[in-house]
Amino acid sequence: MTDGKAVIVVEGLSRRFGDVTAVNGLSLKIQEGEVFGLLGHNGAGKTTTIRLLTGVLSPHGGEARVLGLDPTRDGPALRGRTGVLTETPALDERLTARENLSYYADLYGVPRHEVPARVEGLLEEFELADRADEPVGRYSKGMRQRLALARALLPGPELLFLDEPTTGLDPVAAREVRELIVRLSGEEGRTVVLCTHNLVEAQRLCHRVGVLEHGRLVALGTPAELVRGLDRGLRVEVELSPGDEGAVGALRGLPGVLEVVEERPGLLGVKVASPRVVPEIAAAVVGAGGRLYRLQPQEPTLEDFYLALHGGKGGR
Amino acid sequence: MNRRAVLAIVRKDLRAVGRSKGVMLPLVLVPLVILGVMPAVVSWVPSLIPPEAMMGVEGFLARMPEGLRAELSGLEGAQRLLVLVLVYFFAPMYLIVPLMVASVIAADSFAGEVERRTAEALLYTPTTDGELFLGKVLAAWLPALGVGLGGFLLYGLVADLCTYRVVGRLLFPNPMWLVLLVWVAPAVAGLGLGTMVLVSSRVRTFQEAYQLGGAVVLPVLLLVVGQITGVLYFSLPVVALLGLLLWAVDAGLLWYGARTFRREALITRL
Ligand SMILES: Nc1ncnc2c1ncn2[C@@H]1O[C@H](COP(=O)(O)OP(=O)(O)O)[C@@H](O)[C@H]1O
Ligand SMILES: [Mg+2]
Repeated sequence: MTDGKAVIVVEGLSRRFGDVTAVNGLSLKIQEGEVFGLLGHNGAGKTTTIRLLTGVLSPHGGEARVLGLDPTRDGPALRGRTGVLTETPALDERLTARENLSYYADLYGVPRHEVPARVEGLLEEFELADRADEPVGRYSKGMRQRLALARALLPGPELLFLDEPTTGLDPVAAREVRELIVRLSGEEGRTVVLCTHNLVEAQRLCHRVGVLEHGRLVALGTPAELVRGLDRGLRVEVELSPGDEGAVGALRGLPGVLEVVEERPGLLGVKVASPRVVPEIAAAVVGAGGRLYRLQPQEPTLEDFYLALHGGKGGR
Repeated sequence: MNRRAVLAIVRKDLRAVGRSKGVMLPLVLVPLVILGVMPAVVSWVPSLIPPEAMMGVEGFLARMPEGLRAELSGLEGAQRLLVLVLVYFFAPMYLIVPLMVASVIAADSFAGEVERRTAEALLYTPTTDGELFLGKVLAAWLPALGVGLGGFLLYGLVADLCTYRVVGRLLFPNPMWLVLLVWVAPAVAGLGLGTMVLVSSRVRTFQEAYQLGGAVVLPVLLLVVGQITGVLYFSLPVVALLGLLLWAVDAGLLWYGARTFRREALITRL
């Protein structure tokens, strides 16, 4: 990824709304073909960042170059090469899927003779073809999201911004959207900026992530790098007979065990200093006459990192 | 200027309006009632008035401005009444039609787009602010002209059909009404549209825009009242001047509207 050319270069970008600084001194480079995750709570500044990078909003400070263009000055040209999946699908419900797409094909200047084929192709690809001539008002949430994604791809964009693409979707629809994202970047080599607060999704899809907090970038790296930096010991899940105080006591006294939390009767979360303590846990439970049903070391996830970062129960 | 994008916006707005009952209902009903049903009913009335009551009508006519009485001289009772009502009183009423059409569509196109949050995706397209504005202005203005022309033809036809027997000549087309059609109606459509652009930049819903912006019909109603009470009467010069005045107001409204219609401002209101 490091040898590619930078598609997005941001230096000290800032934007205020009254007293709120929505984006605060953001500096960032995103490479061609990369899936970059922009993580953060609601209100962290993800959507504002997209708006700044597409020239829809102008910054109060800093600079950005996107696809080699200045968003503030070359907004129309830049937007012509960029697809955006908005937070809400923003589809006209009175129009059919086909009409919605044709409308945007005109706005994006898709060559006229290519419009019917391209619209048809996207309807097929997003499994909307058989209901393409129904008004979007009758579509389910998942269908709307697919149509909005199809619209984002209409201009054949080199760069794609996806603003919380799976929020509010049921698990099946969300998985479909995730599979699409993988295909878009993997097979088609587009650069994708994915805004999300779904950390499992970010870990699965993104090459690198940046965490925004109150408009500031507070962490940046590959999910693996970020998690590795999480110096919180290893967590092990231990399942034994409920109410076995003897075994719990034995674990608490075991050298190398940092913390034992009874998460529910019979399920313990045990934090240990190193993987070498794991077999000792088994020995201690058995030695205390306990019955061991399950012993499972937990790989730390991006979620653990994120929670630690936000001062939550780091590493759970 | 990207003509294709502008036309796409016009086409899409009209298509969407055509499918929304709440918008189409007034667009069809109001012109039909004002320009179809009302002139037919009004044409009926003089034949119902007993000759002795015509004296009251004469008294009413006597209160009309000099110029108007001169226009009506040479006609007798019932004819006079018909010409007075259909040619003069209806002239300001006619203007309500293009005004309303432009206002309703502009409310849907400007405020409605923000309310439905469809504006957001629109703002991410490569269109410029000017193209978006022009597309939306035309989407409201062109149908107002169309309905204005259709209404004009309908009105002329109904009025002539219903009055020919009594008046003995065709009332329409007449020069003052042609000026209304080609000069004043487009301007009054611009007034409705410009007002709605202004109002829409301050409210969040179609309903609010429609209610606030609907106030623009008041000056036109004043014209109607002014006409009936004899304070003012529509003549060729008056109509021409009225048009000029309206165009000037339009220019101001649209200039201001175009200046404030900015992506940045729009997206901030979503
Ligand atoms: N148009 C706006 N007007 C006022 N405040 C805004 C506007 N847009 C965003 N903000 C504020 O900026 C901050 C960042 O918002 P946003 O970029 O939408 O966050 P996210 O997409 O991460 O949820 C929030 O505090 C939000 O309230
Ligand atoms: Mg957001």
